[in-house]
This record gives sequence, C-alpha cells and structure tokens, in this order.
Amino acid sequence: MSQKILAKVEASSLKSDVAPFAIGDTVDVHTRILEGDKERIQIFNGVVIARAGSGSRETFTVRRIVAGEGVERKFPIHSPKIAKIEVKRSGVARRAKLYYLRDRVGKSVRLKEKRAETTEGTAAKPAKAAKKKTVKA
Amino acid sequence: MTQVFDDAGGVVPVTVIEAGPCPVLFVRSVDRDGYEAVQVGFADKPRRLASRSVRGQVAKLDSRRGKRLAEAGVASLPKANSEPKRFVREFRPGKNGLDVSGLSVGQVLTVSVFEGVDAVDVTGTTKGRGTAGVMKRHGFKGQRASHGVKKVHRHQGGTSMNTSPARVFKGKRMAGRFGNERSTMRNLKVVRVDAENNLLLVRGAIPGPNGGFVIVRKTNKLQRVGGGPAPAAAKKKAGGKK
Repeated sequence: MSQKILAKVEASSLKSDVAPFAIGDTVDVHTRILEGDKERIQIFNGVVIARAGSGSRETFTVRRIVAGEGVERKFPIHSPKIAKIEVKRSGVARRAKLYYLRDRVGKSVRLKEKRAETTEGTAAKPAKAAKKKTVKA
Repeated sequence: MTQVFDDAGGVVPVTVIEAGPCPVLFVRSVDRDGYEAVQVGFADKPRRLASRSVRGQVAKLDSRRGKRLAEAGVASLPKANSEPKRFVREFRPGKNGLDVSGLSVGQVLTVSVFEGVDAVDVTGTTKGRGTAGVMKRHGFKGQRASHGVKKVHRHQGGTSMNTSPARVFKGKRMAGRFGNERSTMRNLKVVRVDAENNLLLVRGAIPGPNGGFVIVRKTNKLQRVGGGPAPAAAKKKAGGKK
C-alpha cells in the first residue's frame, strides 16, 4: 500500500520525455543555469559511466576529462534543471558501471563505438513497436 | 522517504504521510468528562477485531440494539458512523495553540486542515533496536583500534570516579534497550499538501518504520508572524523512511 502511495508522489516529478541513452554513450547534457534572473543553457559533455536509482530518484553519472583531470557530474534524470540529453556517440559497454574508466588515462579511456548493425538493432526496436501498434489497430 | 523537485529544480528529501481521512469519534467536554478534547481515528480495522465497546462507539444507530435502546428512551451519544479505527488518539486544546471547538462527532478531517500551514510537528514511536551498545545508543566514540585496547573497542570508557564517591551516579548512560519510544520531530517544513490523495509531504525524516502511525500537528515552535492554529489529526505515515 505504501509503495503505491510513494509511486503516486513520484509520478508527479517524473519527466515523460527522457531521451533514451545507455551506459557507455557519449552525451551532451543541457543544464539550465540561472545567472541573476537570466537563464542560460550550459552543456556538459562526457561518457555516461553509471545509472543508479529508480523512479524519480534515478541519477546518471557523466565523466569527462578536463585539462587532463577527470571530472564527473551526477545528474538526477528527472531534474527540471536538465533541459535535454543528447546522445552524441554510442560506445560498447559490457558492464553496467564503467568505473574502470577512472583508472585509465590517455587512449585507453576511449570506448569502441557501437557498430552500425547494433545501432540498426536499436533503431529497429521502435519500428517493431510501431508494427505492434498497427496490429492492435 | 523519497524526493521531489522544488521550484528552483533542487532536490528536496520528503516523507510522505497519508493524512486522513480521520473521522472525529468523540468530543470530550468539561461537563461530561472533566476535560476538553477531541478523539480522532485513522485506518479501518475489521469489526471482528474491535472490542464491543469500540464497536459500540462507532456503530450505526439503526442496529437492533440501538433500536431497542431508542424505544426504551435511552438517549445515546452521537456516533461517528464509521468502521472501527486502528489508530485512535485524543487531542486536547491548550498551550499548544490547538483549536478543537467547532468539531463535532462524525466530522471527517482530511489533509486540508494543513492547508496553509508552514511547518508541522510529527510524533511517533521510533524503530525498536533491542539491546544496543553505547556507541549506537548514545553516540559514544568507543575506544581505539590499537595501542593496547583489548576487546573493548566499542565500549564506553570509565563510568565514574575513585574512592570518592565510590559509586556510579544514577542515570549514567550505558548500553541497554534502545528505540521503540515516543519521539517528536519538530518544525518539519510542509512541502506539499495533496488534497486529492490526502497526502502530506514534509521535508526530512520522521520517527518510526514505514507504514507506522504518527500524529501530525501544526508546529508549536515559534514561527514567523502569521499562521493561525490548525486542528491536529492522527495520521499514518505512508511513504518510505530510508
């Protein structure tokens, strides 16, 4: 019962239009920043190394190298401060948490890009869903 | 507990309290009972689990017995006409700024009594932790990991002095039963009042386990000017505590 109530509360802060992205993807995170009373968008670019939590509490961690120093930022996925998440490149990840990237420097930080077939595979998914819809209709 | 986003986009940790509906079961008066109070209940329980007196308190007047009594000319007390309640508490007006006048038996309190209230106090029973050591129970520091400390790493240090007074003072904090006691968290900010689902969202944690019963009332901490007294109600805490 209490879980149902919690779900009700969380539903109020869920975003409906969260772009799908996966661990290992290189993303641009557009965050809203308030300067005085002016709002502007700041972009944080990097590799998604982890997703954690569920419901309105879900977060993801983006890692990038700035001036030779690793920088990680953790964003709540459903935060109203996040304007957009743009997937720039899909990397191959064989685990859910890419914390091993923290120990790497230089070229070994790079992830293999997902091959065309696999991207087609992901692209085929919405098509399938569409098919299902037509069947239902 | 869970979290919601505020207007600025920041994360606010909240506890969800299912606040009502709480019917008024009884109104105590100085004439009849010697004190003024209002009794409210929350959460139904099956009639088979309720004692006869409790059933009688909420029973419909058109029961067989009720009819018989009415025929005999016995004036019965007003009944709330609800199911027996699991959690029943009395609230007394007074120093706490509570105003119970104007409440009558059968009236149902909902979360709307907290509309416009800035902060609340939440009273509940803390989670029982059984026999606990001094580190958990009183926040003592324990002892060192090395330098000759033997098997007493989580113990307290000394308990008293030497030949004088040659005893341990009463009330010395030691290991023992911890938790399962009444506790009040005061001045919790009201984040949201959801009248539709009867939910009250307060910032921060409250005493007790998930699904435990608590009492919520307008805080008696001094507030900024404004905000009149609001009636209190017995409430159940629904959402997670983690």
